[in-house]
Order: sequence, then structure tokens, then C-alpha cells
Amino acid sequence: MSPVSTVFRRELASYFATPVAYVFIVIFLILAGAMTFYFGGFYERGQADLQPFFSFHPWLYLFLVPAIAMRLWAEERKSGTIELLLTLPITMWQAVLAKFLAAWAFIAIALALTFPIWITVNYLGDPDNGVIVASYLGSLLMAGAFLAIGSCLSAATRNQVVAFILTVVICFLLLLAGFPLVLGFFQSFLPQGVVDAIAGLSLFAHFQAISKGVVDLRDLIYFALAIGVWLYATAIVIDLKKAD
Amino acid sequence: MIETSQLTKRYGSFTAVDGISFKVEPGQVLGFLGPNGAGKSTTMKMIAGFLAPTAGSAKVCGHDVESQPIEAKRALGYLPEGAPSYGEMTPRSFLEFIADVRGLAGERRKQRIDDVIGRLQLEGVLGQSIDTLSKGFKRRVGLAQAILHDPPALILDEPTDGLDPNQKHEVRSLINAMAPDKIIIISTHILEEVHAVCTRAVVIAGGKLLADATPAELEARSRYHGAVSLTAHNTGAAREALARVADIDSIEIDPQDHRITAFPKKGRAIFTAISEVLKSQNIAVSELQLEAGRLDEVFRAITLPHAKEARA
Repeated sequence: MSPVSTVFRRELASYFATPVAYVFIVIFLILAGAMTFYFGGFYERGQADLQPFFSFHPWLYLFLVPAIAMRLWAEERKSGTIELLLTLPITMWQAVLAKFLAAWAFIAIALALTFPIWITVNYLGDPDNGVIVASYLGSLLMAGAFLAIGSCLSAATRNQVVAFILTVVICFLLLLAGFPLVLGFFQSFLPQGVVDAIAGLSLFAHFQAISKGVVDLRDLIYFALAIGVWLYATAIVIDLKKAD
Repeated sequence: MIETSQLTKRYGSFTAVDGISFKVEPGQVLGFLGPNGAGKSTTMKMIAGFLAPTAGSAKVCGHDVESQPIEAKRALGYLPEGAPSYGEMTPRSFLEFIADVRGLAGERRKQRIDDVIGRLQLEGVLGQSIDTLSKGFKRRVGLAQAILHDPPALILDEPTDGLDPNQKHEVRSLINAMAPDKIIIISTHILEEVHAVCTRAVVIAGGKLLADATPAELEARSRYHGAVSLTAHNTGAAREALARVADIDSIEIDPQDHRITAFPKKGRAIFTAISEVLKSQNIAVSELQLEAGRLDEVFRAITLPHAKEARA
């Protein structure tokens, strides 16, 4: 068995060793449901799709994913197990990847447990299931990007609260990057090319593109790059901060 | 063999480890002695591949820790300071995890896990989460993890810290049992441990290696080496009698228990002369002892100048 899968399984099991995992899943499901029905007007719209369900995911993840990510490395550093983990015969990359994948799998489990709403909408009407699958994929990719950001910031501090707040702030900025509010601000003093680049960084825009049912390679590459870059930064930060 | 060459670690302008070189061969148990903050743990972390050296190199069984980290880590069992482990796991699942990462499989995996469970007497706590274990058991779980893959080289950072005297004795017996065919480095600030387990000791202070010798050689540096201590019923008479022994350089009397210690002139032996004088003068003694030397005194003599330097 490769070290990645061994560390992955240990990490994933550790989520379920404490009540935190169950609390998280319950809160996620309740919030996802409440937002869909109350704010999204799931019934009132009279349309058989999951648009009201997915449109709130970015805001839901904004707080829930950093809560998962904050313990990734901060806890290892605090308890000293980082020294144990990194002196086992595995590379830094394997450790970073395995821990990230375990947290991502945990969020995937929470997301998968929203399946009753999919059944509901199929029972009530005749939705485009292709769009729903694409939306689930986009939602998972966005969670992965948030998580990679959180992984890096968790590595930078041994204080989980600091890691949480920093992750929320950076994810918030990346979400908003495509909104007129932010772009208007930059437009006042930056050339159009740079403004377009900032708009292109927006997590929200890429998520929306996928959740419309169009799985464009560019959007996939965007998420893969975002995750890759932040995980690479995680490895660098761990290396730099190992001594303290 | 574990070998370091001019191993150095700097943090900005602060030098935590300053050009430390040594070699440890199979069968040797090397003790790292030194005050807190001397650089013992930093040196061990560099050999274990956790911290990258600023300069110099370290090799474990021929594998350089920087250019061949995976091979070096495979050859090494490492107990980090404080024996960290994943608190939510049970000792059994923790050891199984380590075995899997270390690539142990099949019959050997089972046999090695059973072996360390037996050696460290973990049977009773296998199903309990590590968080709920006592300090002694946590340390034993950490030790079990370090020796699980039966590595040729072992680095144990304060393996007996926080254990009660019985547990200390058990851990020392364990180290002694493994010593003949392994390379072992332990760090400690308990000096009696040096006697109990080490074949060689290095003293580190201020990041520098200040002494590298066997425990007996270190003791020989003590001014107590070759001195004779005795407790007499009549301290005054004993003192007068000792004045006749020509090779005695000076005499000290403990103000509390009136124990007399006679120091020899350099290179002279005085035990026989003293016992003959006492016999011929009919002086009754309740205790008469030849001192081997006191490690704590040698330790202070070696490290104190550095502590003062660091403070200045």
C-alpha cells in the first residue's frame, strides 16, 4: 500500500473518531437545506432544477471549509505529530497530498449526503440531471480550492483560530474577485488587461460556469491549478516553519 | 553507522548547532548530554531528517539525510521529544498505521506489532485511545513506534522523561537488550542514565560538542576521581590519622553528616594507605569508599563556562 493511501485512510478515519465530523455534517446538511428552501425559494420557483441549492454553496463553504481546513497542519504542529509524520519514510508531497485528499473526501461525503434533494427534484419534476452532476462536480472542485487555501494557511500557524480567519478572508476575496464591486474598484486605476485577469481569478465565476452544466476544460484547469498552487505553497510553508 | 560532519543549524544570527561531528558504530549507545537548549534536540532532528542542516551533513547507515532522505528514514527509528502520537487513535491502530507507512506487510507486520506490544507491555491498553493513557504509557507507545520496523539505527530523544523509576528501569533494560546489534543515540539530562545505558557520551552546550568520551573517562575528569570518602565515629581522630598519609592533597569534611573526603595528589592512589592507617590507629569507620568520580560535577565543569558565555 502506498504511503499516500495509508496516511489518507488514517486522516479520514480521524475525522470520524470525534463527534466533530458528525456535527459538521449535520450543520452542513441543515444549512444547505434551509438556504435552498427559504432563501432559494425551491418550491416557489416552480422549476425542476437544483439552482437554488447550488447557488448558496460558495457562501456555505466560505465558513464550513475553513473550519475543516484549520486543523490540517496547525494541529499536527501543536501536538508535535508533524515531527513524527515527516520523519516517516514519506516525502513532503505525499504527506501534503494525503492530508488534503482526506479532508476533501470528508467534504465529498458531506456533499454526497445531500442526495435526498436530488431525489426530491426528480420526484417532483423532470430536471436536467446532466446539469446537476456538473453542479456537484463544480461544487466539489470549489470546496477543494477553498481547502487547499486553508491547508496552506493552517501550515503557517499553530493557532487554529488564526488559520480559520485568514482562510475565510482569502476565500472571500477570491469569491468576490469577479463581482462588479471589486472590479469597479480596480478599474479606476488598473489597465483593463489586469482587471480581466483579476476577474479570471474569481472562484465564483468558474463555479457558476460549471454549475450551468457546461464543463469547460478551462474551468477544470483553473480549479486544478488553484489546488496545485496552494498545495505547493503548503509544502513550502511547512518547510519554512518547521523549526518553530 | 550514524555519522555527522560539521553539522550546523543557524536561525538568523543565532547558531543552535555549531559544527558537530561524530560517528556512532553498531553496538554503541551514544548519550547526548547537555543543559536545556544546548542543541541536543536540534541535532537529533537534523539526523532524523526533520530539519534541514544549514551546513554540514549527516548520514544514517550510509544514506545522506538530504540527498537520500527516504532511505535514511527507513533505516532509522525516531522517538521525537515528548513522544508525540495521534491522540484519538488506539495504540493498536496507531502501530498498524506506522507499520503500513513503513511498508511492513503480511506475517512480518503481525509479528513485529506483537513483538513491540510484548516488549513494551502495551497489552492492557491496546483498545484505549492514546489521549486517555498515562504519561508512561504514551512514552511507551512512542518507543514502540520507533522500534516497530526493527531499524538498524535508533534515535531516542529523552526516552525516559516523565517515567517513574520502575518504568525507567524497564526502558533502560529494553535499550540494553537492543544495544548489541544496533546504533543508538539517546539524549538525556539524567546523568545516572549515562551509566545505566551508554557506552559513550558526548557533552553539548551552546551548540558545540565539548566532550566525547566513555562514561568512565568522563568520571576520571572529576576531582573526585580516586578520592576516598569515609564516615568515622570519631571525626577528629580520623582526620588526624589521615594527615599522616603523604599522598593526600586535601581533606574536606561535609558539615552536615561529617563525612570525610580525602583527595589524592595528582596521579597517586590513596585507598590502601588510608585503610592501613585507619587500621593501625584503631579508628572505627562505618563506611569507607573509593570514589569513581562524579558525573554531575564533570557536567557542570564542562557546561557552566558556556552557560555564562551565553548569558553574557
